[in-house]
Amino acid sequence: MGVTMLPDLADLASEARARRFASSTSDLERLEMELLLLAIYRHHGFDFRAYAPASLHRRIRRHMESARLTTISALTELILHDPSALQRLLHDLSVNVTAMFRDPSFFLEFRTSVVPLLRTYPTVRIWHAGCSTGEEVYAMSILLEEEGLSERCRIYATDMDGTVLSHARHGIFPLARMQEYTSNYFAGGGKRSLSDYFTAKYDGALFTPRLAKNVLFTQHNLAIDKSFSEFNVIVCRNVLIYFDRTLKDHALGLFSQSLATLGVLCLGRKESLRFSAFEQEFSELSARERIFRRSK
Amino acid sequence: MTPEGVRARYDLVVVGTSTGGLHALTRLLGALPASYRLPILIVQHRSKDSDDRLSSLLRGASQLPVSEAEDKDPLLGPGVYLGPADYHLLVEPESIALSTEEPVAYSRPSIDVLFESAAYSHGSSVIGVLLTGANQDGTRGLQEIKQRGGYVIVQDPTSAESAFMPMNAVKNVPADCVLSLDQIATELVLRASDARAP
Repeated sequence: MGVTMLPDLADLASEARARRFASSTSDLERLEMELLLLAIYRHHGFDFRAYAPASLHRRIRRHMESARLTTISALTELILHDPSALQRLLHDLSVNVTAMFRDPSFFLEFRTSVVPLLRTYPTVRIWHAGCSTGEEVYAMSILLEEEGLSERCRIYATDMDGTVLSHARHGIFPLARMQEYTSNYFAGGGKRSLSDYFTAKYDGALFTPRLAKNVLFTQHNLAIDKSFSEFNVIVCRNVLIYFDRTLKDHALGLFSQSLATLGVLCLGRKESLRFSAFEQEFSELSARERIFRRSK
Repeated sequence: MTPEGVRARYDLVVVGTSTGGLHALTRLLGALPASYRLPILIVQHRSKDSDDRLSSLLRGASQLPVSEAEDKDPLLGPGVYLGPADYHLLVEPESIALSTEEPVAYSRPSIDVLFESAAYSHGSSVIGVLLTGANQDGTRGLQEIKQRGGYVIVQDPTSAESAFMPMNAVKNVPADCVLSLDQIATELVLRASDARAP
């Protein structure tokens, strides 16, 4: 390197200082995160330490912005002393974004490759894990009705959050989203018109209670609760992405225990069994739509 | 390449782009050598039902392996990972993470979401690159990368198909450099061989 290329030593020293400062702020923030999650766990009992840190950190930062807090430590202090602040945080930390017929190609594939299997069973038990406000459960119920299977199917729809379940039981979804859901519904192989299934009331779409007749909405926490029955189908799409690898493996273990031999497991479009302990237990029914079948 | 025993200064590149991105990415990735060692995570704004055409186009243009990111993909080595349609793309210290949370400023994937998570997980070891686009996404994320000691490259707005996004970043973030696409490729190669100060 030529002499003229040598950077000013003072510049280098200050750059190194700035970098050390930057990395120590990240370390400090990680420590604050750990303390916050420990505080939630010890004080409230819910363990977010097994959640995927990247999206969890983002939700905490967004919550801090809306609560006008500048440090995670300030948030920790607040939730330890103010029960309503804790409730607000817990609400913001759980992800309750869902849609009807998200990824229509999955529902199309389900009609094509899973429905024929289900026709061979006299009764079919389906577990919808992490169902949130229920949009996907109603979507599945519509699909089963159109395929003439609803009488023999029983859906167990679970979520860890009781509030979203009571929302799900009502079957009222925002009217503003029906246009999007309608186009999803057709793309997913819908045979009638989505509007056949709901009545518009103010800004809500009330779905016919017939769709929830064979559905049991009940609380279940994938992190701590056990397997509760044997199922022919388990649907858990875009839930495990919020877990860390260990908790994801734990949930997959629970699914594996709860599936009958040759039972079907449906994951999200970008979720896989790769690198999990259960990869060998399943074969692919549809690689593209992430539909697996228990082979052992 | 960094000499053995010396820790590299940077270990991750994150790239964000919107309108005009396909052309820009084709050009940028095409100019990177097959030996490029840093993993590259890309958010290109796309509609929720866009298919895998984008990744196959980029695969054709690049000498590096190009894939659509999957949840929990390990970030082990070189390669280009594209944010899938209708998911946010985030990064953990050693793997990729996806999220279906609300779109940010109508975008999912969102550039800010990727950049902010990279700044948090990789601190001063991340290089953020913002290219052509017609909205404000990315500026906030670049600020975060800069604040945590990372390196910020913005496409020269005069060379961008759509100048608004890089212009907004240049106005609001003290970028380390503002360059044309070919210069960005050269800069990425140079920075990949920087060593970490002892």
